[in-house]
Amino acid sequence: MSVTKQDVQKVARLARIALPEDQAEPMTQELNNILNWIEQLAEVDVDGVEAMTSVVETSLPMREDVITDGGIQDKVLANAPRSEDGFFVVPKVVE
Amino acid sequence: MTGSALIERLIMTDLTALTLSDALDGLNSKEFSSEEITTSFIQAIEAANPSLNAYVVQTPEKAISMAKASDERRAKGEAGLLDGAPLGIKDLFCTEGVRTTACSHILGEFTPPYESTVTANLWREGAVMLGKLNMDEFAMGSSNETSYYGDVINPWRRNDGGNAKLTPGGSSGGSASAVAADLCLAATASDTGGSIRQPASFTGTVGIKPTYGRASRFGMVAFASSLDQAGPIAKSVKDAALMLNVMCSHDQKDSTSLKVEQPDWTKAVGEPVKGMKIGVPKEYRVDGMPEEIEKLWQQGIDWLKEAGCEIVDVSLPHTKYALPAYYIVAPAEASSNLARYDGMRYGLREDGGNLTEIYQNTRADGFGAEVKRRLMIGTYVLSAGYYDAYYLKAQKVRTKILQDFKNVFEEVDALLTPTCPSSAFALGERNDDPIAMYLNDVFTVTANLAGLPGISVPVAQDSQGLPMGLQVIGKALDESACLRVAAQLETSSGFNAKPGKWW
Repeated sequence: MSVTKQDVQKVARLARIALPEDQAEPMTQELNNILNWIEQLAEVDVDGVEAMTSVVETSLPMREDVITDGGIQDKVLANAPRSEDGFFVVPKVVE
Repeated sequence: MTGSALIERLIMTDLTALTLSDALDGLNSKEFSSEEITTSFIQAIEAANPSLNAYVVQTPEKAISMAKASDERRAKGEAGLLDGAPLGIKDLFCTEGVRTTACSHILGEFTPPYESTVTANLWREGAVMLGKLNMDEFAMGSSNETSYYGDVINPWRRNDGGNAKLTPGGSSGGSASAVAADLCLAATASDTGGSIRQPASFTGTVGIKPTYGRASRFGMVAFASSLDQAGPIAKSVKDAALMLNVMCSHDQKDSTSLKVEQPDWTKAVGEPVKGMKIGVPKEYRVDGMPEEIEKLWQQGIDWLKEAGCEIVDVSLPHTKYALPAYYIVAPAEASSNLARYDGMRYGLREDGGNLTEIYQNTRADGFGAEVKRRLMIGTYVLSAGYYDAYYLKAQKVRTKILQDFKNVFEEVDALLTPTCPSSAFALGERNDDPIAMYLNDVFTVTANLAGLPGISVPVAQDSQGLPMGLQVIGKALDESACLRVAAQLETSSGFNAKPGKWW
């Protein structure tokens, strides 16, 4: 399987990474090299094989449904690029 | 400088050359204080860092105040397991109030308001933080060349007089370089595909990745969640065991953290290996592997035989599929994990005409080339129509790889392999072809995919004078076997070479 420049531009949009026109071609080349190399997995017969989840038999732990953290608005906002009156300030989303 | 000041200066310089275990003995017997040894390290870092670039953040004031507090605790007889020991912390671990960026531009000046569980465990036992260590951006790299904060230089140089700058390996390049150059007693590191063991091998240090789930991932900047595991880089096998004892713990804040008994791993160090069955997997003999690596491996086999181990030839037939499977699983998980960097709540935010453009510009500017490449691969293999063909397939191949290991571990107690297919290479030497760089991890990545513990221990220098390591892979939860065999290799090899101090 190989990808076209258009595929790569679509993937860049999905990944939300701006990809200037002049970088699309080299990126396509690079991704195809990697994808072609990955193709060798097709040789492995995985019929009836379960996907791996954990090396040690374990089940997801449950805990009491109680509040364990919170009341730290200042800390939550401390690294915000912009904040005001206890809120994150973000660009306008809805026109 | 007066005579007494000179003597003092010499003593202080020497303190940095101690192993963690010896330094703790010295602190316990009051030969020196934590403030003294911490001061020696601060001076050593100041002198070396312009040349080696191992630290991206230095915290001398914090270190001195932690050291003074440690000396007070010790005076009162309340010292913890690592009390007063100055350590370096990989920039992947969140440290409260100290900038943590995983060496990515996209995290800007991110200063965590909380502490990672692994580092909290260290501070609880009294350790002293010297600063944050350089690494490949988001731990994606094998040469520390993808860091936003510049390359780390390996303190080791080739003996050809050319003085080429060599990589310390990656992604934990700063950790490895700092330990090898005596810029900390030991360091935290993390390993997603070999990021502890490969740099350890390149720098003549010891690095261990425990079983997946032994160390909490809480507060560790995520790369690939099903593979990421913390571990130490240290100067000796015993030091590595000591660090591991403190770094690992069960943690409710990480749902994959294992609730299992944790032995005192230092007890495994020095325990005789007589009667152990050691597997030698034939698939680790790869094309184009330098003869020196082959010889090193054989030497390791001979040492273990002499020590009374039984050597068993084994086969791990799916080994060759480990790297391609890794380059599906790791980028896929990374693309999901790194979706959080949207420029809204923390880190970098770039301008744009609308919200989508802001996301796109922020991420284009904030991520480096290798990270972008992997996010693109990850997004592609998870995109509609491709999930089964790639991600699910790779996860099934993982099961086959784990099954290979389970089969051989019915017969043997541990496996012996080379850590890397080469010794340290020069910076810039392998940047043209991403796959050539990925092949660095060919011997280490299998343990990540299968979740198994693995350790790299330095045993020899190659003809260029560069250190080389051997790897021991153990059964799930059997770090003790890894440490036991590694300690034997350390003893048999008598490896104690250090890089000449040129910085």
